[in-house]
Formats: sequence, C-alpha cells, structure tokens
Amino acid sequence: MLEINNVYKTFNPGTINEKRALNGLNLTLNDGDFVTVIGGNGAGKSTMLNMVAGVYPVDSGSIVIDGVDVTRLPEHKRAKYLGRVFQDPMMGTAADMWIEENMALASRRGQRRGLKWAIGKAEREKFRYMLKELDLGLENRLSAKVGLLSGGQRQALTLLMAVMKKPKLLLLDEHTAALDPKTAAKVLALSDKFIEEEHLTAMMVTHNMKDAIAHGNRLIMMNNGRIILDVSGEEKKKLTVEYLLEAFTKLSGSEFANDRALLS
Amino acid sequence: MLSFISSLPGAIAQGAVWGIMAVGLYITYKILDLADLTVDGSFGTGGAVLVVCTASGMNIFLSLLLALLAGCLAGLVTGIFHTKFGIPAILAGILTQIALYSVNLRILGGKANQPLSVDKYNLLISLRNINKSLVVLAIFVAVIIAILYWFFGTELGHSLRATGCNQAMARANGINTSTNKIIGFVLSNGIVALSGGLLAQYQGFADVNMGRGAIVIGLAAIIIGEVAFSRIFKNFALKLLAAVFGGIIYYIVITFVLWLGLPANDLKLLSALVVALFLGIPYWKNKIAEKRVKTIPGGADNA
Repeated sequence: MLEINNVYKTFNPGTINEKRALNGLNLTLNDGDFVTVIGGNGAGKSTMLNMVAGVYPVDSGSIVIDGVDVTRLPEHKRAKYLGRVFQDPMMGTAADMWIEENMALASRRGQRRGLKWAIGKAEREKFRYMLKELDLGLENRLSAKVGLLSGGQRQALTLLMAVMKKPKLLLLDEHTAALDPKTAAKVLALSDKFIEEEHLTAMMVTHNMKDAIAHGNRLIMMNNGRIILDVSGEEKKKLTVEYLLEAFTKLSGSEFANDRALLS
Repeated sequence: MLSFISSLPGAIAQGAVWGIMAVGLYITYKILDLADLTVDGSFGTGGAVLVVCTASGMNIFLSLLLALLAGCLAGLVTGIFHTKFGIPAILAGILTQIALYSVNLRILGGKANQPLSVDKYNLLISLRNINKSLVVLAIFVAVIIAILYWFFGTELGHSLRATGCNQAMARANGINTSTNKIIGFVLSNGIVALSGGLLAQYQGFADVNMGRGAIVIGLAAIIIGEVAFSRIFKNFALKLLAAVFGGIIYYIVITFVLWLGLPANDLKLLSALVVALFLGIPYWKNKIAEKRVKTIPGGADNA
C-alpha cells in the first residue's frame, strides 16, 4: 500500500543548522497494516509522515502509494490518497467554518471542486449520523463554528474527516499528544474503531510506548532518519516497554532520548 | 445644517460606490486574510477603461464588463506575483499597483484625466441625478452580493474560505491553495474595478489618481460595517451588506466633518488615523484582557 524507497532528506543544507532528517529510509506497508512509530527526539518520525504527505519534497528516493509514484506530486494532489490528523488540534480543521462545512470540505477530498452547492440536504443528514456515532454531542451543532469546540472534539472531528472519504493510507502524527489523558484515550479508541471498521492502512506516530505496543499490528522504531527495529504479528504482542528501551540502547548505541516518552 | 442634510443623498450614493469597492476588498482582506494593495491601482483601471470605452461609443454595460475584466486581469497579475514568484501579498499588490499607474495613463491616452459627460453619453449613474443613481446602485449592490453569496456557498467558494482560514488543512483536504488565492485576487479586483467604473460615471470623469488610498477607504468601510452591524448581521450576505453600509456611513461622516469646516486636504490624514485606530482597538482589547488574567490574584484556577 505504501513503499518508501531509499528516501533522503536534509533540512537547511549547507548551513550551521543542517539536519539530516531522513537517511536512506526504506519502508513497505502491506494492505491493512496498522503501524505504530516510535523513536527519540529528531529521529525523523514526523518528517517521514510529512514526506509521505508531500509537505516538503524529498532530496532523493521515491514514495509510492497504492502503486502510484507520488514522489513529484504536490501536497494537495496526494491528499486524494491520504487521511491526516496532526498533533495540533487547531491544524486539521478550519476554525472559522461550521462543522458541516468542514465535513463537506473533507468529503470532497481528491475531487474537483466546482460550482455545485457545497452541502446537499441528504449529505447533511449523513453528517449528522456520522457525528452521532462519535458520541460527543456534535450532531445537533452542525452549524457551530469549529473554533468553538474543545481540543478533543476538534481532534475527533479531524479524525472523522480524515476517514469519511476512505483514504488509501491514514497518517496520525502524535494526534493525541496535545490532549489530556482521558480525551487522548477516547480519540485513540476512536482511531482503532475507524481503522478496524474501514480496514484502513495506517501509520501512527506516538511518544507513548505503551500505546505503541497496545495498538496496531506492527511497530517500528526510528533513529537518525532510519528504521532500526521492525516488529509485527505475534512477536509484537509480546513486546514490553523495557524490551523496547533495551533494544534501542543496543541498536543505536545510545540512551533512548525522547523527553515526552520518558515522562509518560 | 440644511446644507449638510441636502448633501446627504450625494454622500450616500458616493458611499455606496465605495461600499461596492469594499465588498471586493472583503474577499481578500476578510476571506483570504491577505492585504491586497492592488486595489489602489485597479480601482483607477476600472474608471479609465469605462470612460475610454464609453467615450468611443460602446454600450455602457459592455464598458462596465470590460472594466471588470481589466480589474480581474490586474488581480491575476498580483496573484501570480504572490503564488508563483513567492512575493509577500502586500508587496505583490504594491508592485501591481505601481505598474497599473503607467497602464492607467496609457488607457487614458497619456492624459491624467478624461471627462465623460452625462449629457453626451447614456450613463447609469451621475451626481446630476442622484435619486436615479441611488436606485441603480441599490440594484448593483443587491446583484453583486447575491452572486457572491451564491459563489461562497459552492464547493469552490468553500475551498477559498478554507484556504483563508487554514492553509495546512486546506491542502490536506486536496485544495490547491495557490489557485484559490489567485481566484480570490481576480474576483476581488474585478469588483473593485467595477466600482471604479461606477465612480467614473458618477463624477463624470476618470482620473489616474482616483484610486489613491482606495485600500484605506475600503478597510474603513469594512471595519465600520463590522463594528456597527456585527451583532445583528450574522449571515454572509448581510456581512457583505454591512461593508456597503460601512462605506455609506464613512461618506456621511466625511461630509459631516467637511461641513464642520475640516479642510478637504486633510481628509486622507483623518481617514488613515481612523482606520489605524479601529485596527488597533482589537489588539489593545486583547492586551488588556491578557493583563487582567495575569494579575487576578489567588484561586486554584489561576495558580
């Protein structure tokens, strides 16, 4: 479903801030894989997701989604294949627009937007039904501005918007990191539900090792812009936080350094 | 007082023309969240094109359409400067505006101004017949607002709004933000040029400097409209109407201060100060609110 082939990316090349973010990255996701991604500070986790989404161009290498080489496609054209949820709850929705307007925008991801009326009556009822399923009391607030919602509500809505038009690949970039633990658990459960019901292929970056172990069928660990550990199936189910920390020290030759991971 | 009251209809008509200009500016300033200084040039372009076309015997509606298209073209240039050359929106607008000064002079045949007599041509509005002008302007306002209301309710209109609100979100949902910005610049300057064409008819001439300071008047109209009507006008069409009313209020106030004896030469100074003040108020309000939060003593919530 996704192939990342030997991708390199250096930020600020030739300056004092030069940073090699991806260092010959290779990764293949099979259809239906739900991969959790962990790694230290600056390991390249978010960069990897941003490269797949086309936020920045890669220096070299290629990215193939569902058999289509998207390496040269701009971000808005790749959006056709991708559902994305960001760390910042403000980032995934348009605050000044209504809930239903945001959903209508998301439901046309990858389609031509013409001069047809943006929201139909039947569509509105469909949105209402989907929101009811979220169980956050949003189904009666279709014409409320998204900016009025809490961070958790916005993140749940972003998640719904990311999957309502089935994506080839769902990218979750620390999407629960900015939420309180209770809300984070809810959004995570919701992510699980959508991924299972819709049989989605997904990548979830997280700083929480317990979450990384508990969710998905595959786990990868990154360091210095490369994947240093890739565990799946039965083997993944047996993982423990201690094992992961040890494995990291052994494979990278340094202590696991992720400020937030160590605090959680 | 009588002379002030008798000059009110004229102020309302002129305010409505500038109000239409403000509706155009609303698209870039409020919806796309970009300050577009092209309007100082494209307003004059509209006036110049209308006068030259009409004077050559063209139908007045066709002349207005060409004025509008000329404005669209100016917007396209700014849009390309901004999105394809990577020039910040304000600077892109300034560049087009400067270029348009030469273009407008060329359109006017190298002269700084060109008359357009209502006696010779079949004009839609004129200060010689203010009552008729008010009716015609009301129709223009209604039609323009209706079209924009429809447009911003469509899929494409929504994608423009999303672009102005949150570019990252827009792109993640497959919206080409560059194209949308260009469409916004084109639409905005088309309407601005149309209002320039209306003003040229109303005053009976086009002048190469007629658009100077247009952005300030447009912003004043938008801000006054917002301050005065934001509590009652929630609907998008009404918000646009508020900008038109803002333009009218602006011209009534101008007429009033002139009647009070303010020298006409000081008008632009006054307008700039008023706009700066109104732009500053929300900023100061925030600052004061932040200070209050910091200094409230005690309480677990504030600890």
